[in-house]
Amino acid sequence: MTASFWRYTLLIAGKDLRIEGRSREVLYTMGFSAALVVLVFSFALANATDPAQGPITAAGVLWAATLFTGTVALSRVLDRERENESIRSLLLSPAPRAAIYLGKLIATAALMLVVEVLLAVLVGVLFSAAVFTHPIWLATVLLLGTLGFASCGVVFSAALLRARSRDALLGALLFPIVIPVLLAASRATACLFDPLAPDLDPVGFWTRFLLATDVIYISLGLWVFEPVVAGE
Amino acid sequence: MSQRHLRVARVCKNFGRQRALVDVTLQFASGEVTSIVGPNGAGKTTLLGILSTLVRPTTGEIFLGEESIHKDRTARQSIGYVGHEPGVYPDLSAQQNLRLFAALYAIPDAEACIAGMLERVGLGGVHHDLPARAFSRGMLQRLALARALLHNPDILLFDEPSSALDPVGVRWLADELDRERKAGRLVILVTHDLDAAAQVSNHIVVLRRGRVAADTTKPDGFAPAEVRTLYEEALRDR
Repeated sequence: MTASFWRYTLLIAGKDLRIEGRSREVLYTMGFSAALVVLVFSFALANATDPAQGPITAAGVLWAATLFTGTVALSRVLDRERENESIRSLLLSPAPRAAIYLGKLIATAALMLVVEVLLAVLVGVLFSAAVFTHPIWLATVLLLGTLGFASCGVVFSAALLRARSRDALLGALLFPIVIPVLLAASRATACLFDPLAPDLDPVGFWTRFLLATDVIYISLGLWVFEPVVAGE
Repeated sequence: MSQRHLRVARVCKNFGRQRALVDVTLQFASGEVTSIVGPNGAGKTTLLGILSTLVRPTTGEIFLGEESIHKDRTARQSIGYVGHEPGVYPDLSAQQNLRLFAALYAIPDAEACIAGMLERVGLGGVHHDLPARAFSRGMLQRLALARALLHNPDILLFDEPSSALDPVGVRWLADELDRERKAGRLVILVTHDLDAAAQVSNHIVVLRRGRVAADTTKPDGFAPAEVRTLYEEALRDR
């Protein structure tokens, strides 16, 4: 990957983030959905009495909301390429397909991470989760979990660019594939949210698992994006 | 502008069991405006997709000079494409759209180039922050042409460029095509409008059921009646 490859990648990511900076429609939709999901869960689980289940519940809510809002981001970031057929102009440009993939991945992950910060604070407040006990570890888990989810999501979203019921199909196709990422991320987050956890060994294990999954998913994404986006 | 030929050599394209193009062989030269005409389903848009490098032929090759455009990735930089849709980002302004494509094509002195191009297509006076979403169809088509011409391509491809334009827009587009032809660019357009084809072209290709039914060049251009006769004869059952 040369300097020009990264230049193309950053140009494409920058373009998506600039468009979002102008419209803010994805961020507002994601933020609103995230807040709604957390609030609904906090009301539903208000009478849960087992304190040992608290961190597990909080982690589950955080990642369920991330899954939900991440799908909104994926759908919209790729949808913008469909409007006016701008994807054709992008594909005709000298930008390598892999750079387009990585640019989209960076933009989607950046939007998701912004909303995840809000989500983590909300979960901390409403579920009394120890969000700020291990901030670096939590940031690492969120980053790796988000990259794993978005790396698959960008490929599926691009594959469904011209499909009629793509929003429904995206969830149906994507969710089973990202189960390993969600399992690892929610297990690591549950350990981090538990103030009584004896050590961070399980977090280390699940973080390494997430890292390995991300490497596999991103490598596959770089490999399959070109035929997927060309519709071949 | 480099003088190059675009050569379509025995191209076939199948979509599953459906044969969209069958053994198509054609040649296009710089300074020519070629209109590809034919009924719906004749394979015009598929051929344009293959010429643009976005669709791969099942068999056969397209050569720009001596290079196969599907093997040489830099060939994409020689192509400008204007489709049904303008291919620009509606949330960005005209300047921001062109700035993005100027950066993707690594155009030197991009700001001057963008200002000149916007002036040329009649968008120079548009407020610099107005998103393309607020543009009329005609303005979007002008922006699409600016985007396609920005990197000074040797080949310009148009897919039904005048389909949503008013008569003033159609006249403007015909003048632009003539200007590009005189500048030595190789222009290919797919259209249903035989009168528009006669107005701008000096090379007419008629496609019928994925095959070339007529391929005629006339350096001085065609009269509308000539194009109509050529088209009807080519489509007559043989």
